Amino acid sequence: MKIDEARNYHKIDAVIVGAGLAGLRAALEVAKSGLTAAVISKVYPTRSHSGGAQGGIAAALANAAEDSPQMHMFDTIKGSDYLADQDIIELFVNEAIKTVYEFEHMGVPFSRTEDGRINQRAFGGHSSPRACFAQDVTGHVLLHTLYEQCLKHNVFFFNEFQVLSLLLENDVARGLVAWDIRAGGLHIFHARAVLLATGGYGRAWKVTSNAHANTGDGVGLVLEAGLPLEDMEFVQFHPTGLYKHGILLSEAARGEGAYIVNDQGERFMKKYAASKMELAPRDIVSRSEQTEINEGRGIGGKDYVYLDLRHLGKEKILQRLPQIYDLALNYLKVDAVKEPVPIQPTAHYSMGGIPANARTEVIKDAKGTVVRGLYTAGEASCLSLHGANRLGCNSLQDAATFGRIAGIRMGECCRENAYSDLPAEPLAKAQAKIDRLKQAPGKEKHAPIREELQVNMTKYMGVFRNEGDMGKMKAIIKQLQERYRMVAIDDHGAAFNLDLIEALELENLLSFSEVIVEGALARKESRGAHFRTDFPKREDGQWLKHTLAWRRDGKIVLDFSKGVVIFPQYQPQERKY
Amino acid sequence: MDISIKILRYQPEKDEKPHWQLFKFAIEDEATILDVLNEIHWVHDGTLSYRRSCRSSICGSCAMKVNGRNVLACETPIHRFGTRLKIEPLSGFSIIKDLVVDLEPFFAKLKRIKPYLIVDKPLPDKEFVQSTAELETIGESTLCILCAACSAACPSSWPNQEYLGPAALLKAYRFIFDSRDDGSDERLEIINDKNGVWRCHTIFNCVEACPKKIKITEYLSRLKVKAVENSL
Repeated sequence: MKIDEARNYHKIDAVIVGAGLAGLRAALEVAKSGLTAAVISKVYPTRSHSGGAQGGIAAALANAAEDSPQMHMFDTIKGSDYLADQDIIELFVNEAIKTVYEFEHMGVPFSRTEDGRINQRAFGGHSSPRACFAQDVTGHVLLHTLYEQCLKHNVFFFNEFQVLSLLLENDVARGLVAWDIRAGGLHIFHARAVLLATGGYGRAWKVTSNAHANTGDGVGLVLEAGLPLEDMEFVQFHPTGLYKHGILLSEAARGEGAYIVNDQGERFMKKYAASKMELAPRDIVSRSEQTEINEGRGIGGKDYVYLDLRHLGKEKILQRLPQIYDLALNYLKVDAVKEPVPIQPTAHYSMGGIPANARTEVIKDAKGTVVRGLYTAGEASCLSLHGANRLGCNSLQDAATFGRIAGIRMGECCRENAYSDLPAEPLAKAQAKIDRLKQAPGKEKHAPIREELQVNMTKYMGVFRNEGDMGKMKAIIKQLQERYRMVAIDDHGAAFNLDLIEALELENLLSFSEVIVEGALARKESRGAHFRTDFPKREDGQWLKHTLAWRRDGKIVLDFSKGVVIFPQYQPQERKY
Repeated sequence: MDISIKILRYQPEKDEKPHWQLFKFAIEDEATILDVLNEIHWVHDGTLSYRRSCRSSICGSCAMKVNGRNVLACETPIHRFGTRLKIEPLSGFSIIKDLVVDLEPFFAKLKRIKPYLIVDKPLPDKEFVQSTAELETIGESTLCILCAACSAACPSSWPNQEYLGPAALLKAYRFIFDSRDDGSDERLEIINDKNGVWRCHTIFNCVEACPKKIKITEYLSRLKVKAVENSL
């Protein structure tokens, strides 16, 4: 296929990959400053998975009870099992309040207190009701509001474009190449600043709350470009995934008072986190749930427990948690007003990702050397704000706050730097990917390979891990990577070729999954969401540090020399709830 | 159970016009329409294209027509329709490929009604005060996921590409009736037009099609009242 380079060439100050909360907030900031901003997204912006977030956005507004940024900071540090960088958290909790008021001024329809202020509800691991919410569709209204603001400020949208390669040379980002899903064909985006806001990587698991789109394309591209990923082994399993489907039932349900019970009708969290009960952090609730299931106290001895909302009453359920009610009814035919809802842990949030500093600049080593013009924010990034375990309602806040910071920093970068030249053959790498899949002699199909990856990641890389299981997973991934080389696609057309997109996504899934397994094998301790039955203790002496991982010559290379930023007043303690 | 599915296929490089293709296979009783499409695409025919993402009825990607009704494929169990399914793209839009339609005109209409809070007064240091009653006026309208099921069901929209259509008008309602907004006049000027709110003939198809059960026609009627009051 010949590419008409002249027609498909775009020169734009800031190019942003991903149209979720982080990407849109950054684009808005750039566009408001008078520069040109383009958002490239494989789905229409309002379909980004930020819209799936339900329960709330954290900020210490103190509208519902006493609260302060300092309390928010300590809760986040403790929730992270002390792996988060505390300088990042300090910046975050102070900016969070401004971020929420900005959203309100943009028109977000927050639920209200009796005196008309933004209402706040309790969330796991937070010591004060801190989640600002709009019923249980908080992510949805934030996402739509930001999209509308971007329309107002004339952000350019390239909807249904799949990014295939980063244009990077001598540690300077120069743009990227993307495939036009709708019409087919490659496009060059020549930029002074590039933001990777491609979201999480939960699609590597079979049981997941993540959207089909969450295939970690950004982290895949960074690995391919020879840059490292950070803390990839830390993946959060959400305790209240809808049984079998894995679809999210928000923590807001427990924030409003819902119980989790086992086969004997017992609120078993009293055995694991007596003071916080169901509102302990997610890693702890998921582990407790999995323990009950493993010890035979799942419902009917099966692999699920119940989320019980009944005592909240019909009015509160329908008013505060209408989405949860509909999801249970539509997918499981369970009327949550009258019956308990079957739930199980589901792969949910990626704490790891693309390493960056407080300015959201992507770094390429443990010393913090910056790749000029390359930025990352939101779930794709690892700053590290969430450490080994994220607290509920900190993710929307993370995406929006660091999206704004990324927008400010990209603006500065654009003003200080001219466009750098594109590499000699800018289309070559992207074109090779397309050609190979279309021309491969292949006997393999992408779908069964993806299925095997996902099923086994759920089986071997879940809430509980051990050396033997992870060794098996490592071998499986190697085999699947071999098979992937022989993948051919059925669809050779140009227009909306879903077959091609899924095959391209699978390459990313297989690539970063290997990093997850290698990091988890190497980290011989249990911290936050990474729990090893063969090393059940947190080992601060040896493991209070971040994992950096590169792909070099087909092998994963690990580096543990990047320390955790810890302030004197927040030294690691035993984590009890 | 054994199911038989007819899908309207269209590949622009090969087909002059859309045609039906039949698939027959067994699938779990509790499968959704999206599960059926995934099964076809992943197992039987990789060339089938459709949009989907969240699987939880919030992103709005997978609106399509099943046995004549507009639904979100992800939240719709097949047993609602029995064992014989007829799946086709949303009406009123041109087909890009198979079940994927061109939504650019749909999103362009949204932009026309100035879908953002317009504020003339100085911003408060904290939040605007808004009562729960004021919020409830717009609450349901903010649940719109822009899936386009309403517009695709609207007979007033089919013959007239200029008509703003139910989704964009609902968005106009959402801002005009927001107690914090100062942009009513400029928005009413846009929608008080023969291709604006008056093209709504209260047919209620949009309400029936809306997967979020939003009473769109009722809100459009309130816009009509407001438009009249404003021009008096």
